[in-house]
Amino acid sequence: MSDRIDSDAGRDGAALGSGRNLPPLRLHVPEPKFRPGDTADFSDFDIPPAGAQARPDEVAQPGEMRELAYGLVRVLDENGAAVGPWDPKLPAETLLKMLRAMALTRAFDGRMFRAQRQGKTSFYMKSTGEEAVSIGAALALASDDMCFPSYRQQGILIARGWPIIDMMNQIYSNKGDRLKGRQLPIMYSAREAGFFSISGNLTTQYPQAVGWAMASAARGDTRIAATWCGEGSTAEGDFHSACTFASVYRAPVIMNVVNNQWAISSFSGFAGAEATTFAARAIGYGIAGLRVDGNDALAVYAATRWAADRARANAGPTLIEHFTYRVEGHSTSDDPSAYRSADEASHWPLGDPIARLKKHCIGLGIWDEERHAAMDKELAEMVRDAAREAEKNGILGHGLHHPMESMFEDVFEEMPWHLKEQQQKMLDEWKAAGL
Amino acid sequence: MNMIQAINSALDVMMGRDPDVVVMGEDVGYFGGVFRATAGLQQKYGNHRVFDTPITECGIIGVAVGMGAYGLRPVPEIQFADYIYPALDQLVSEAARLRYRSAGEFISPMTVRSPFGGGIFGGQTHSQSPEGIFTHVSGVKTVIPSTPYDAKGLLIAAIEDNDPTIFFEPKRIYNGPFDGHYDTPAKSWAGHEQAQVPTGYYRVPLGEARVTRAGEALTVLCYGTMVHVVENTVAEMGVDAEILDLRTLVPLDIEAIEQSVRKTGRCLIVHEATRTSGFGAELMAQVQERCFYHLEAPIERVTGFDTPYPHSLEWAYFPGPVRIREAINKILKD
Ligand SMILES: Cc1ncc(C[n+]2csc(CCOP(=O)(O)OP(=O)(O)O)c2C)c(N)n1
Repeated sequence: MSDRIDSDAGRDGAALGSGRNLPPLRLHVPEPKFRPGDTADFSDFDIPPAGAQARPDEVAQPGEMRELAYGLVRVLDENGAAVGPWDPKLPAETLLKMLRAMALTRAFDGRMFRAQRQGKTSFYMKSTGEEAVSIGAALALASDDMCFPSYRQQGILIARGWPIIDMMNQIYSNKGDRLKGRQLPIMYSAREAGFFSISGNLTTQYPQAVGWAMASAARGDTRIAATWCGEGSTAEGDFHSACTFASVYRAPVIMNVVNNQWAISSFSGFAGAEATTFAARAIGYGIAGLRVDGNDALAVYAATRWAADRARANAGPTLIEHFTYRVEGHSTSDDPSAYRSADEASHWPLGDPIARLKKHCIGLGIWDEERHAAMDKELAEMVRDAAREAEKNGILGHGLHHPMESMFEDVFEEMPWHLKEQQQKMLDEWKAAGL
Repeated sequence: MNMIQAINSALDVMMGRDPDVVVMGEDVGYFGGVFRATAGLQQKYGNHRVFDTPITECGIIGVAVGMGAYGLRPVPEIQFADYIYPALDQLVSEAARLRYRSAGEFISPMTVRSPFGGGIFGGQTHSQSPEGIFTHVSGVKTVIPSTPYDAKGLLIAAIEDNDPTIFFEPKRIYNGPFDGHYDTPAKSWAGHEQAQVPTGYYRVPLGEARVTRAGEALTVLCYGTMVHVVENTVAEMGVDAEILDLRTLVPLDIEAIEQSVRKTGRCLIVHEATRTSGFGAELMAQVQERCFYHLEAPIERVTGFDTPYPHSLEWAYFPGPVRIREAINKILKD
């Protein structure tokens, strides 16, 4: 593909035959390393050892920590031990809470993915392999800090103890859905949980989070904001406007880029990954940038905590790149085998975040395989029971939904005449049709 | 007061009453805005409540969505309505739908102020009237004042409103009414009864049209600068027209329109924006649906043309007295 474009470009250049003694220009079109049929091989992948990154003071100047935007903050080593200056030294209780939230997120994803396949809803998106990114961060933030997530951070709600049945009601768009069946499945909103309404338009949440953080600062509040987008989404203009605003006003915000290597079928090279890191985007804006092992829950926790403390100390925003891998398809509408090597996920060198945290807990003597198996079983049952409960409120397209006239509510605070009129007309038409 | 002073006064009154009101935009802070509409506000309320922003319209509106979700009442300025397009996604997909998509959990109580419209030789990027884009979007209100009194009262009502509002300021009449004759000397607001603006708080409610002249021969629906051009043309012609200044397009004062057209039986619609799918098309449809059996002549529209706003031919493009006169004569002939 890229060869053909290269040679076409070359031929056109020659055909134009300006007669100038210059080599024809060439267009570079990035290509991922492996395509379907290839054997994935990450052996030339340079993974810095755990514990090797320095940990600057939370209020250090961005210029003093440039190398952190190019390295990889890692805490858990190959043996599952927590090492180095970024070790957050969490109590056993927090570690087990984190492990449980990650396992619950995976069980939830599994169940809801199947529900979509069974035709109970239209759409689903898993976060398999990325659970540490949202759960590590959620536990490091204060419970009243405001999150502006993208669509793959369901782990935040789960870590914050939000009822999974409420999430399922949303996925089924049923009569129990607090959002009245208006949003695509997984586009949750939970103000009480500090979870901002998710948009389907990529990266719009970025400047919104910065605005929220600016408002909090202007008010002398102590709450901060955090936001997430994928590496592909960093190409959107909103990302850059948000960075400018965050830098200019030193907004107390944490901007997370979840680099899971793939944006649907486009590898990270199409967002600029061949040229630099996503954390290094921070450098041009003069804000702190950290690149973190996104499959290491302790590293995510530590980086988020550092950034949160920095924001609370009025030292400004932080951009964190979470280096991770999207194990499953982009969504239920996607077939990743059509564009990437089938064994890429199994060769991913940073491992599985749940397995790594589990090993760490076992190593500490606070956990064991039996308890883990029992927990997985318990969570699977809990998720199954919750799904059955939620299904009593209806599944998508099977009648149990909010009343039809609710469609006209919440467009404005008070319904104007034209919507009232259209609402009445619709009801009359349905009645006339005998429905 | 002229219209700029009235707008400044509305912002001042609201900032004084409500600590949640914040003003932001390109050049609005220290300098007080390129049209001076925010002059003096930063000195008075500090740079946490009135501040300059980077030049990124999607950033300005995106940040305002977040501020609104926090609980503030942002009043962002987009320096010219022509520059609202980079922010369109944040306005249309985000601000307008936030209440709906979160079933009321989050709201976006912002008022976006923006000078709009032509007649100042602004060329194609300082003259557009994009109101029809917003009236087409569910979830935003669209407000267009035509006098200093209304500008202040409507702006106060918009800022107090919990829905996102686009507040378009007809810049041609910032400093004085415009009669449509580009070659006559500029008028000032001095002496105009609608320039008697109280210094304190008052509201002009959204959704209510104003009858600027009662009459029997035909109804003219218009807003913004066109109100003055129509008033002047009608006076020059000596016809007994009823003129409605719509003031807000969403929500629209349909009762006032219906009542007037049923009475006169004839209707002319005038706006500066381009014709196809413009707000005039919606007005025509409404009048046709509601007043068909009362109509004695086809409804007419005088609008801008479906071209980008031309620079040197501005006065041919502008829906001025010549075209309005033609249309009125045609309607009255039937
Ligand atoms: C403004 C906008 N453009 C395009 C899309 C379609 N789209 C949905 S997800 C996606 C890929 C995003 O990839 P990335 O940001 O890397 O996040 P990931 O899905 O990998 O978590 C695209 C192109 C969209 N939702 N919004």
